[in-house]
Amino acid sequence: MNDNRLITKNDNQKILMTLSTTQNRISDLFSQKSERLLSVYFTAGFPNLNDTLTILRSLQAANVDFVEIGMPYSDPVADGETVQQSNGRALDNGMSLKTLFAQLQGCRRDIIMPILLMGYINPVLQFGVENFCQKCQEVGVDGVILPDLPLDLYLADYATTFREYGILNVSMISPQTSESRIRYIDEESNGFIYMVSSASITGSVKGTSDSMRQYFDRIKAMNLRNPYLIGFGINNHETFDTASQYANGAFVGSAFIRHLAQNGTSEEGIKEFVQTIRA
Amino acid sequence: MQTTIEPQTSFEVTNKGFYGHFGGAFIPEMLYPNVEELRQNYLDIIADPAFQAEFWQLLEDYVGRPTPLFLAKRLSAQIGATIYLKREDLCHTGAHKINNTIGQILVAQRLGKRRIVAETGAGQHGVATATVCALMGLECIVYMGSIDMERQQPNVDRMRMLGATVVPAKSGSQTLKDATNEAMRHWINNPVDTHYIIGSVVGPHPYPDMVARFQSVISEEIKKQLFAKVGRETPDYVVACVGGGSNAAGAFFHYLNEPSVRLVAVEAAGKGVSSGHSAATTALGKPGVLHGSRTILMQTEDGQVTEPYSISAGLDYPGIGPLHAHLFESGRGDFYAITDDEALQAGFELSKLEGIIPALETAHALAALPKMNLQPSDVVVVCLSGRGDKDLNTYSKHL
Repeated sequence: MNDNRLITKNDNQKILMTLSTTQNRISDLFSQKSERLLSVYFTAGFPNLNDTLTILRSLQAANVDFVEIGMPYSDPVADGETVQQSNGRALDNGMSLKTLFAQLQGCRRDIIMPILLMGYINPVLQFGVENFCQKCQEVGVDGVILPDLPLDLYLADYATTFREYGILNVSMISPQTSESRIRYIDEESNGFIYMVSSASITGSVKGTSDSMRQYFDRIKAMNLRNPYLIGFGINNHETFDTASQYANGAFVGSAFIRHLAQNGTSEEGIKEFVQTIRA
Repeated sequence: MQTTIEPQTSFEVTNKGFYGHFGGAFIPEMLYPNVEELRQNYLDIIADPAFQAEFWQLLEDYVGRPTPLFLAKRLSAQIGATIYLKREDLCHTGAHKINNTIGQILVAQRLGKRRIVAETGAGQHGVATATVCALMGLECIVYMGSIDMERQQPNVDRMRMLGATVVPAKSGSQTLKDATNEAMRHWINNPVDTHYIIGSVVGPHPYPDMVARFQSVISEEIKKQLFAKVGRETPDYVVACVGGGSNAAGAFFHYLNEPSVRLVAVEAAGKGVSSGHSAATTALGKPGVLHGSRTILMQTEDGQVTEPYSISAGLDYPGIGPLHAHLFESGRGDFYAITDDEALQAGFELSKLEGIIPALETAHALAALPKMNLQPSDVVVVCLSGRGDKDLNTYSKHL
């Protein structure tokens, strides 16, 4: 009896895994486009609780390639002041994973670009990892970036569940990551890699330096099997352009949060912001 | 199925950094090389005879160890059991915190680090860190919640006098948890030349184990001293307060595998466990991840970390070290929650009975004694983790 059940579950899993790999919007995107990809980050619930869909639609209208929606957290250790403050504001506004999933329900009627959720592991654990993955699949989230869930712990405890629901887990590398660890991350990733531009938290880097270019060169020379985008410190056309010379594209986060804080969520404003980055 | 959380009967950390379900290293990739460098080297560094010699010499000549184990006769008579006080309050800088900072600065030197970053709540760990940085001539940056800086101005002045830069943590609730976040961010931004001296048995592996090892001098001395006084190394109870839990980890360390010794951990109930103003983590928390380890954590239903409260700045931390979470879950430790008022009263009592003014943190441990159903034949060691000078402002409001 037990054995039978196991076999059935494994078979289902295999079928699901095959389905999810062929249907994943992220792999589709990278198979269609490999240069100057732009992903924009915004914190769910900022500036206002119900801005999520408005911002998503405007970013899609502005032709960004994909988005990372931040799941706000009380203690975002990898984030600088701008993202921290947007997290705090979003929590004050009442944002939670439950609310976010409710907002995203039905978003796939008109949002076709890939959606990633980005945040910290604790709220996901409290939501329940399986529940979380199931909800992601249900509303059409393609992957997650959880900076405080290292690859080893992900593989040991959560990879099976994530794969079962076809949710990608995106790992990061930084200038201090050793070559052997980059190889390991590349081997275990199936989507893309998030390349952190410098030893830093979000929003704290100014411009691109020589040592940064050396690091970009070093990674480029490794010919990784996964595409990778550069994030942290990408805040204008110049930095986006530099990143795109070395990688498949770049992430913009803090700069967009500042834009929302100063100019609000109007579609025109968001289009203009994205155009300035892309130029 | 979940390979990292196999049931564990031992109280030693696994090579992946787990105590039972708790521990690990939940850190951003940007911190991985730093933490990994430490993990790969700390055991060898500590085991090195030259390190050992320098560490013990400093504990003896600079910290003032061994600290006395004092038979508190009048307190014993009042409680109705034999109570010994392990006098960590007599350490240089006034608390056990310096045992750890001495150990870690020697590790930092051997890793070739030039700068030290630390977090502090009440300022005791900050002072202990600034002290060893002055001693070794290393640059010292201490993050402290801006609210705590106002509450603990004398310790801010001490740190500055010792040459440290004290940086206000202005994010979040502006207390210990946020100071820790800021120290971690600083470390992310300065990964090569900086060592982060965490002040308690919290944080990513190997910190909880490394800090526990440096603090284990407390129970090592208790064993010898108790044997000399009563002819056995094992008391019936060891009692210590727990914020993150470093003095408790040190006092429990050599008794973890001695089931005849009950380990008593005392948390701060603040204005009452159910008052909404409490730091009684095991009573109020659930498993979660904070500051790099899976532990028991005060949090909302959505997994947002709750701001704790206690009259004692050293105990208002929303988590506990993973070792303590394991002691709680496995039943190896007895956990008590003591209110502000009970702690204040115990502080006043010890002052009058024994002529020792305890830190408010320590007063929580003392306040648990009447609740423990002690028998006249029981031998109890209380870790007197710190002295109360820093708390005179608070005490004097209740005189």
